[in-house]
Amino acid sequence: MNRKLLAEFKYDLAPIVRGYNRRTLYLNVGTREITSKPVSEMMIEKFVGGKGFDLYLMWQGVKDDTKWNNPENEICISFGPLCGNTSYPGSGKSIVTTISPLTGIPVDCNVGGHFGPYAKFSGWDALEIQGKSAEEVIVYIDGDKGTVQIFTAPDEEINSHIFAEELIKEFADSPDKLQFVSVVSTGTAADHVNITCLNFSFWDKRRKVARLKQAGRGGTGTVFRDKGIKALVVKYSGLKVDTNNPVDLLTLQQTGLKLHKEIEAGDATQCRMHEVGTAHLMEVMNDYDLLPIRNFKYGQMPEAIGLHSREFTALFTQGMADGCWYGCSLSCCKAVDNFKPRTGPYKGQPVVVDGPEYETAAGCGSNIGIFDAKDVVEINFYCDTYGVDTISFGTSTAFVMECFENGILDLAKTGGLDLSWGNADAALELLHQMARGEGFGLTVGKGVRAMKAIFAKEYGADPAFLQDIGMEAKGLEYSQYMSKESLAQQGGYTLALKGPQHDEAWLIFMDMVNNHIPTFKDKAEALHYFPMFRTWFGLQGLCKLPWNDIEPANNAETSEPAKVPEHVQNYVDIYKAITGKPMDKIEMILQSERVYNFQKVFCMRMGKGRRIDDVPPYRAMGPVTEEEYLSRSERYDGQLKAKLNIDPIGKTTAEKMKITRDYREDQYQQLMDAVYERKGWTPEGVPTIEHLRKIGMDIPEVIEVVSRYL
Amino acid sequence: MKVLKTYPDKCIGCHSCESACANLYFKEDNAEKSCIVISTDFSPPAMNVCNQCQTCVAACPTMALTVNNQGVVMLNKSLCIGCLMCVAVCPTDSMRTCLGVHSPFKCIACGVCTKSCPTDAIKIVTE
Ligand code: SF4
Ligand code: SF4
Ligand code: SF4
Repeated sequence: MNRKLLAEFKYDLAPIVRGYNRRTLYLNVGTREITSKPVSEMMIEKFVGGKGFDLYLMWQGVKDDTKWNNPENEICISFGPLCGNTSYPGSGKSIVTTISPLTGIPVDCNVGGHFGPYAKFSGWDALEIQGKSAEEVIVYIDGDKGTVQIFTAPDEEINSHIFAEELIKEFADSPDKLQFVSVVSTGTAADHVNITCLNFSFWDKRRKVARLKQAGRGGTGTVFRDKGIKALVVKYSGLKVDTNNPVDLLTLQQTGLKLHKEIEAGDATQCRMHEVGTAHLMEVMNDYDLLPIRNFKYGQMPEAIGLHSREFTALFTQGMADGCWYGCSLSCCKAVDNFKPRTGPYKGQPVVVDGPEYETAAGCGSNIGIFDAKDVVEINFYCDTYGVDTISFGTSTAFVMECFENGILDLAKTGGLDLSWGNADAALELLHQMARGEGFGLTVGKGVRAMKAIFAKEYGADPAFLQDIGMEAKGLEYSQYMSKESLAQQGGYTLALKGPQHDEAWLIFMDMVNNHIPTFKDKAEALHYFPMFRTWFGLQGLCKLPWNDIEPANNAETSEPAKVPEHVQNYVDIYKAITGKPMDKIEMILQSERVYNFQKVFCMRMGKGRRIDDVPPYRAMGPVTEEEYLSRSERYDGQLKAKLNIDPIGKTTAEKMKITRDYREDQYQQLMDAVYERKGWTPEGVPTIEHLRKIGMDIPEVIEVVSRYL
Repeated sequence: MKVLKTYPDKCIGCHSCESACANLYFKEDNAEKSCIVISTDFSPPAMNVCNQCQTCVAACPTMALTVNNQGVVMLNKSLCIGCLMCVAVCPTDSMRTCLGVHSPFKCIACGVCTKSCPTDAIKIVTE
C-alpha cells in the first residue's frame, strides 16, 4: 500500500513494572500531535487502570457540552494492570470508552483480541485519541522499535474481515510473524449509522485468518470513522510469560493452572464454553421463558428449537484453541469456518465467521423471529465486517418489525422491505443498506430512541406505544434477556450507567428462578455488589466469563455460591502476584466503587444523571399488549391473586393489565429508592458528597458537578 | 511413533533415570526437573512419562507444540508463552512444570535415561 507518513513520534522502550507502564499515549489525529503523558500515583490509586484510566483521561479531554462528533470527543482504549498476563484465563481485555452517538454519555466496552495486550506491552497504559482528521488515516504503533506513526489510508476496502487481514500482512515483519500484529477497525456501515462497533483482531494461526472481537455497544465505530480513522495497528513481537513483569510469577502461574484444570474437568458438563461458547444458553433461556422473541414479547416459543445450541455446535469447528487472548482455556470464541454468505457483496465467498455468541443468536435470531441458525450466522458475519453492533441491530430490527406488524410502518415507508417477523432476507437487506448508506436501513441504524421520535413525528404513531415497545434506555438498545419477571434484572439493566447492557448485573436466576433475593433490601444489595464486582474486570483488563461460567466443583456448598468465592480469591491472589500491592475482597469493591461513581458523575456532567433516565420501557417490565398478557394469562392472573389479593375473575383483560402495570411500575420505583440508598445516592440518583468522601472519590471536579444537582 | 515405554515390575526405584534426564536438560541433579517421574509411594513404583498421545498439541494457543516425523510431541520454547494450558489437559499429568522454569517440559523419547537404568525398566519403542 502506498502510504504517506503524516506524523511520527519516537519513544523509549522500557520494561513494564508490576503491570504498569506509568505512561499513556495521547494522539490527536486532527493536529497530528502525538505525546506521552505520565501516569500519576493519584491515577493509579483512584482510577486503577482500564476503564478508570479511560474515563479519567476522557474527563480532561471533553467539555460539558461535547457531542459525540465534536473533535474533542475522545476514543480511549486502556488495558489495566492485569491485562496481558498469559497465565490466568480471560486476561487480554481492552476497555474502550467514548461519548456515544446513541446516548450522549460515556459508553464502555470490554473487548478481547490481541490489540490491548500488544499496545500495553508496546509501552502504554492507555491510548487517548482526539481530533478529527481531514484525510483518512491509520495509526501504527511499533512496539518493537518504539514508534507511533500516522499514515494516509488510501485503502479501498474497509470492511473488517478483509481490511484487518490486509493490514496484518502489510505490517508483519514476515509471513510467519502475522500473530504479532493486531488491528482495530470497523466497516462501511460506521460511515452511515450509529449502532456500530469496533473490531479488535487476533491472528488465528491455525485457521490462518484474522479473527474479530467486538467492542460492541454504543456506536464506537461511528466515532472512529467520524475522526477519519480507518484503523489502528499495533506490532509487538516479544511476548513471554513474564512480559507483564509480575512480582510473583509462581503464584500467578499456579493460580492459572488451578483454573485450567478446573475448566478441563468441569466445562464439558457445566457451560460447554469450549464446545459452543455462550450460545450454550439458547435452550436454557427458552426453557425458562427468558429468550427474547419478537421484540421481547415472549420468552419461549416451540420454534426456538431451531436455535438450540446443538445447531451452533454443529456449525462451529471443534477442538480449536479458541481463546481471544493467550492463556484462556475457557476458549469461548467459536467460529464457523468456510461459511458462504447467500447475499450481499461477499455472496458465495468462503469466510470465517466469529460466533454467533448468545447475544447475537438471540438478538439477530429469536428476537426478530428468525429460527434458522445459518441466517443468524450470515447476519452475524455482515454485522461484524460492516462494523454493526449485533445487539443494537437485533433490538432495533425487532422494534421496526413490531411497528410493521402494527401498521405503524408499511411497504411504502420501508422502501418496499417486508419487515414481517422472521424475514431474514429483509433483515440482511437492512444491513446491506446500512453499509451502502441508503434506504430504510439508514433509519434503523439511527437506533430505537431516534426511530421513536421519527415514527411519532412523521408517521403519526402513538408516542406512548412506541415508548412502551421501544427497547432502549438512555438511548442504548437493551441486550438480549427477558427481564419482565425479574424486578432485580429490570434494575440490573436500566440502572446500568452506560445503558441497558447485562455486564453490570445478571440477576435473573438469583431473583426469579431461585428466589434468593426476595426483599427490596436483598435486591438492592445485589444491585450494589454485582455491578461493583463486575466493574473490577474493566479496571484490570479481565474477562468476566472465567469468573462464573465455570465453577469449582464444590461451589454450591459455599456460603455465597452466586459470588463464586474461590474465584474471587483467585482474583485477589493474581492481583497481588502481579502488582505486589495489598488486596482483599473488600478493597476490590472499593476500587470499583470509586470509578463507578466517577462514571456516574461523568454521565451527569454530560446531562444524563436524572432518575428519569433510569426508567425502563414497559416492555422490559410487563405485558404491553393484550396478546402478551393472554399468552401468559395464567401467570399474570395468578400474580394478581398472590401478590395483590385481587380476584381476576370478572375483570376484563384491559383492567387486569392496568392493575398489573400499576403494581409493577410502583415496584420498580421502590426498587430504585432502595438501590440509590444502598449506593449512597440521593432519591434523585445523585451521589452524596458524604458518600464520595467515604469512598475517596471527592476530587474537586467531581464535587463541582455533583453540587449542581444537590 | 517413538515412545518411552515403562515396565514398573522391573523398576527398583533407584531414580537414576530422573538424574539422567534432569542433568541432560537442566544440568542439575534435581528430580523436580526430570521429564520422567518415579514414585516409590507405590509398589511396584509408579512411573510417569509422556506417552506421546498429542492431546496437548491441540490445546496450545501459540502452536508451540508440534509432532515431529517420529511421532514425538516437541515443545518450541521460543514460541511458548508459559500459559500451562498444555499441563492442564495432559491426561496422564506428564507435561511437567517446576518452580523457576517458565515453560513446561516433557519427555521427547531421546532415550538417554534408558542407558542409566540398571534393570531395563524403561525402553524406547517404536509403535
Ligand atoms: S472466556 Fe472467551 S471471551 Fe473471555 S477471555 Fe476467554 S476466550 Fe476470551
Ligand atoms: S505431554 Fe501429556 S498430553 Fe502431551 S503428548 Fe505427552 S502424554 Fe500426551
Ligand atoms: S505452556 Fe507453552 S507449550 Fe504449553 S500450551 Fe502454553 S504456550 Fe503451549
